[in-house]
Amino acid sequence: MPVTSYLALGAVLFSIGLYGVLTKRNAVLVLFSIELMLNAANINLVAFSKYGLYANQTGQVFTLFTITIAAAEAAVGIAILFALYRNRNTTNADEFDSMKG
Amino acid sequence: MALSLSGESIAFFVLSMMAIGGGIMMINSTRVVHMVLALAFSLLSIAGIYVLLHAEFLAVVQVLIYTGAISILMLFGIMLTKHKVDEEDGWSGRLGHSLLSFLGVGALFAIVMGVIYRTPFAGKVAATKSFTVEALGKSVFKQYVIPFELTSILLLVALVGAVILAKKEADS
Repeated sequence: MPVTSYLALGAVLFSIGLYGVLTKRNAVLVLFSIELMLNAANINLVAFSKYGLYANQTGQVFTLFTITIAAAEAAVGIAILFALYRNRNTTNADEFDSMKG
Repeated sequence: MALSLSGESIAFFVLSMMAIGGGIMMINSTRVVHMVLALAFSLLSIAGIYVLLHAEFLAVVQVLIYTGAISILMLFGIMLTKHKVDEEDGWSGRLGHSLLSFLGVGALFAIVMGVIYRTPFAGKVAATKSFTVEALGKSVFKQYVIPFELTSILLLVALVGAVILAKKEADS
């Protein structure tokens, strides 16, 4: 398999996630789309740990750290969402505009 | 690019179709729980992609963290907040916004694909015989031990922060 196939898969998944972030109004779904984008980036890292001039296992180490950070991000994101839902009684991202100037 | 029909390419094709199909189902579904299931399916397929790339440990971590923990966390996030069913009707009302987003994402995708297929990548394959869990552990705990420890601090901070943010505020 050429490395371009894996990179193309990552690009497709990233685009799907980006479209979700831009169009979804529900904040939970925006978090889902961000997870999909992070996974697309991870595919690229792992692909370059197998293919390339200096391919080695360091790409997998990077992906391990990315997965850890993404897990922390998801937990904090859901917690912020709960706090917002308790105060505003909605998860609609359009209505979180109290910091608008 | 000669398309040889090896087992790896068939497995890659099936897994990538599952991953992309899960993503598209997540975008197009109207019910929020269906979206979580589609996302979990997509993330599970990505674990299969990791197996194809000789990253077996990462595949197991992907199944544990993403299709296990994060999907359940997102399910809790959905169940503890209220969702109107007709809220996510997608195309009606915000057609201009959706169209503009689609065009922007499509342009980005075209540029990225153009760059990917024009770049001459070195066709070398790493010695995947040395890609063992033992080597990964040695790499994490010797060469990358400081980032590893920083990650543990970050996880602790995220844990405390998430608890403080999500807990019920005292009535004042």
